[in-house]
Amino acid sequence: MNTHSNPMTESSFPSQEATPVALSAARTLYWSIRREIWENRSIYIAPLVAAALFLFGFAINLMAMRRHIAASPLGPAQQHDLFASRFELAASLIMGTGFIVGVFYSLDALYGERRDRSILFWKSLPVSDLTTVLSKLTIPLVILPLVGFVISLATQVIMLVLSSVILMGSGVNTAAPFTEASFFHVTVVLLYHFVTVHGLWYLPLYGWLLMVSAWAPRAPFIWAFVPPFVVCVVEKVALNTSHFREMLQERLIGPGGAMEHNHAEDFTATLIPHHFLSTPGLWTGLAVAAVFLFVAVRLRRYRGPI
Amino acid sequence: MTVIEAHGLRKAFGTTIALDGVDLRVDEGRILGIIGPNGAGKTTALNAILGLTSFQGELRVLGRDPWAERDRLMRDVCFIADVAVLPRWMRVSQALDYVEGVHPRFDRAKAEALLAKTTIKHTSKIRHLSKGMVAQLHLALVMAIDARLLVLDEPTLGLDILFRKQFYDSLLNDYFDRSRTILVTTHQVEELQHILTDLMFIDRGRIVLSCTMEEFESRYMEVMVHPGQVAAARSLKPMYEREVFGRSILLFDRGVNKDVNRNIDRQQLAALGEVRTPSIADLFVAVVGNQSGTAQASHAHASPAQGSPQ
Repeated sequence: MNTHSNPMTESSFPSQEATPVALSAARTLYWSIRREIWENRSIYIAPLVAAALFLFGFAINLMAMRRHIAASPLGPAQQHDLFASRFELAASLIMGTGFIVGVFYSLDALYGERRDRSILFWKSLPVSDLTTVLSKLTIPLVILPLVGFVISLATQVIMLVLSSVILMGSGVNTAAPFTEASFFHVTVVLLYHFVTVHGLWYLPLYGWLLMVSAWAPRAPFIWAFVPPFVVCVVEKVALNTSHFREMLQERLIGPGGAMEHNHAEDFTATLIPHHFLSTPGLWTGLAVAAVFLFVAVRLRRYRGPI
Repeated sequence: MTVIEAHGLRKAFGTTIALDGVDLRVDEGRILGIIGPNGAGKTTALNAILGLTSFQGELRVLGRDPWAERDRLMRDVCFIADVAVLPRWMRVSQALDYVEGVHPRFDRAKAEALLAKTTIKHTSKIRHLSKGMVAQLHLALVMAIDARLLVLDEPTLGLDILFRKQFYDSLLNDYFDRSRTILVTTHQVEELQHILTDLMFIDRGRIVLSCTMEEFESRYMEVMVHPGQVAAARSLKPMYEREVFGRSILLFDRGVNKDVNRNIDRQQLAALGEVRTPSIADLFVAVVGNQSGTAQASHAHASPAQGSPQ
């Protein structure tokens, strides 16, 4: 990375020139992903802003509560509410932000490079279309969930610190969240959620968006959202059914089994991957995603600047 | 060794034929200039060579099929497709990092040394660089790659004359050697004349002229004819005639039709006027202008003596 400050580079160069190092596909993928993050700083800025806004609101809320508590102390249920459910709110806010960023990112990923003609530069380098599409898929599939997860965890820690400081001496047991071990539980649930829902369940969604982005002659947003809408309408009119709409809804809301966390004492019971992996929708979704991505890779080969 | 070999290269966009059976062979160590009017198929030909477009016919670049193996081919091939394709959001340092990261033959130290000669700062974003600076940056990136074939498609379009001169000087002095090959298309033909080793005219998807610069210099002669000698000069069947400041300039081809022109030699022409090697641009007008002239009504100031290339 910073070889310009590395005296080794110059001395080792002649041998490098004689036998160019065969760079592994992994290294190319790594740099392709890095360049995506350079270009799209909203990947981490947007969730950070969401977290910061939430924490700001949370702090104000705590101050107000401190006055309130002095009059009537909180019961255990209210204490739980103070931490666990608000933390859930924070996590879903951050996740939702990440999801929106992911949707807009995917729509622009293979369209923007054609519009600004930079595709001619990217294609002048020894990076295959497959690597390029995979690197662009990695952003919503891995990087955004990972960023969301880390920021959610950090938010949780800050929430605990904030509440300890602000509510100090007000009679609320700020250690309660730790003793409830909800911190651990929530972390596990979060991670599980990020992997299953954002990583696997949404894969066909991102595959579709990337495919449209690789194909659209202009306005990828319209091309991505109008056709599914038209299919819904046509199905309703022609057959008076709405299977397609239900299917889309299920895809957006998430798999039934994996998403039900009903505040039960035993969180982990709902986390058995068996439920999730036996959802038929998961496997058809992954197959559809594979087709979308294959088409996106082929399209990128044919498409030039617009 | 052959770098590019094409047989019957064809490409059509709908009903428009961009390449109509092009045969091409480029050897190592050549600098080939491809000259043609807009829409002649130059860029299509380059795109086929670079694996950016599909094609019919046979084409091998460094022994590979460019359409099937673009990414592997790009380890040995570099290209600059007109100016301003560098991503505008990128910083100069990021461009260096990225190319170093993905290209196995990129020499960072060399790129840094080339950039040090310019006023480009590492922290600048490409969108804030002038057009000339972007071209310098792109050239620095490309010249630091140890490639065997460099393709330049209108590399200096829109640059001022100082940048254009510098661009080609630096390409020749710091980059080109006999193991590399350069393919270049441009409309600024006159700046290339002393750089090229080979010349190719392409018009309406076909190659209409292909020769080395040595052949070009020995084969084509331009005579600014003394006023009294015009009729005599015309009898030698020039391929093209034009008038500049009231004096006729006749262009002779000594190569194609040996029966007609075998007697034309320099001394003979020198008796008729001042003899010189034509510029590529003048030959281009003679070759391509004549061909399209037969179809179009561009005979307005063409004299009857001005024959076809035969």
